[in-house]
Amino acid sequence: MALHSVVLNEAKCKGCTNCIKHCPTEAIRVRNGKARIIEDRCIDCGECIRVCPNHAKEALMTPLSEINRFRYKIALPAPSFYGQFKQPIEIVLGSLLNIGFDYIYEVASAAELTSRYINKYLKDENIKRPAISSSCPSVVRLIMLEFPGLIDNIIRVESPMEIAARIVKKHFSKKLSISEGEIGVFFISPCAAKMTAVKNPIGTEKSSVDGVISMQDLAPYVLKTDKTNEFKIQSSTEGIGWAISGGESKAAQIENSLYVDGIHNCIEVLREIELGKLNDIEFFEGLACPGGCIGGPLTVENLYVSKNRIKKLMDSIPECKHTPEILEIANPDLFRMEKEIGSTSSLTLDEDIGKAIEKLTMIDQIVPTLPGLDCGACGAPTCKALAEDIVRGWASEMDCIFILKKKISTLAKEVAEISTKLPPTLHEEGGNSSEG
Amino acid sequence: MSETYTLSFNIKAMDFSAAGEASSTIKKVLMHLGMPPSVIKRAAVCSYESEMNIVIHSYGGTLTLSIDSSQVIINAIDIGPGIPDIEKAMEAGYSTAPEEIKEMGFGGGMGLPNIRDNADILEITSSSAGTNVKIVINIGG
Repeated sequence: MALHSVVLNEAKCKGCTNCIKHCPTEAIRVRNGKARIIEDRCIDCGECIRVCPNHAKEALMTPLSEINRFRYKIALPAPSFYGQFKQPIEIVLGSLLNIGFDYIYEVASAAELTSRYINKYLKDENIKRPAISSSCPSVVRLIMLEFPGLIDNIIRVESPMEIAARIVKKHFSKKLSISEGEIGVFFISPCAAKMTAVKNPIGTEKSSVDGVISMQDLAPYVLKTDKTNEFKIQSSTEGIGWAISGGESKAAQIENSLYVDGIHNCIEVLREIELGKLNDIEFFEGLACPGGCIGGPLTVENLYVSKNRIKKLMDSIPECKHTPEILEIANPDLFRMEKEIGSTSSLTLDEDIGKAIEKLTMIDQIVPTLPGLDCGACGAPTCKALAEDIVRGWASEMDCIFILKKKISTLAKEVAEISTKLPPTLHEEGGNSSEG
Repeated sequence: MSETYTLSFNIKAMDFSAAGEASSTIKKVLMHLGMPPSVIKRAAVCSYESEMNIVIHSYGGTLTLSIDSSQVIINAIDIGPGIPDIEKAMEAGYSTAPEEIKEMGFGGGMGLPNIRDNADILEITSSSAGTNVKIVINIGG
């Protein structure tokens, strides 16, 4: 099974350079006219899905038919799902029952519990500041890859999706007297990163979620709804607000928080945190997509329209339904990550530092020989990246069209020069005829 | 091990558009060399603060990185007025930066204290001709 959830549709890829230039971790190269994702560097942010003009980057999600493998099927709609459709929310949520799910547990409800837990978790003085939200899997992977010095700042709290799945599996296996394996729990997702979070989880050995269904794949069924089922919304403003950037901080009642959306913006702010410039901030909430989860690459509605719809919905329902006492009974194991988070940095040139220094010196020597135009025609995002690729043995100097052109021109000159030279045994053409 | 990697940067005074570039390059170098996360973070803070000190407080200078298998050394050498009172400059919040720099969010008086907190060895020599700051970060510990 592929490690990641963003994959290439070879037939659609034209080998253009849009994705390589936009990838925040320089994880894509064009080879043989097709984009290749370097798995070690992909953080599943979905930027390439967004920018590909040929729709060649796709998310590898769970097909809806998978739900039929289970005896009892539970849908976990993400808060961002609430903003995707024009129809009243009762009908939108109810459509999940029409499709074949037996039960709906709103991730927004788990988000409310998670918010309470985070609030309590941050009271611990020993937690490194700024504490960093763990809710966006792409941002967590970005930190593991490029900001390993900040891994300790990530809060060891599971995402509301995982917590929701843990809650329903336990509850229904007891209630229905069936095994947890017979219960299929499916997250309705705005992004591919959540699929990876299930296939290849970070804080836990095995996710309690059985599949992740894209909102885009589900949309046709929701729109076709025959309105036989309605589902009354159980969650409140706090939980649904998680769909929008800043919603988590607000729900967890963290006053001194900094929330940022968009992966490139997150990188900029993480850099500041790494330099120790934001030590006065208590909590950093970074979401890879513009606007937060509502801007996810697998959503169907424009993010501003969806934001507006969610805000209206939030105004029409109670602020919070859970009292702090509920959490007191809850088991902290429900919320905590059980596995340590490690660095995944793949920039290391060689495990042996002597050899790494040698390679780095070679890169420094190659860079000035390249044109510095960052044109991307070589298949690497920048000239610097090409230099690294050459040293790693992934590319050759001749991949640069400017170097190639120079070589051809030098060669052509040499050929022309050689062509004028004749061995002494041969007559020059003109001379020959005049003599005879 | 005798293998050493060195890289030097010219730092211009008051050039805020380029400020921070040297320290980002230094961070990337450390990642290429497979340095442990804590070393990367500490060196990033030290190089950034030294770079900013040259930008804000000097007439220009150089930032030099040298790395071998046991330590990361950052040398910040500038031409400038020097630090009149090093002891005071090491106090958190003490700053001689002009108001307009403070308005930009720099010169908060945390530069040298941050460097001290992240360096294993910190040596500062300063005169009215300029300042030399030598920072050593041990890789092993």
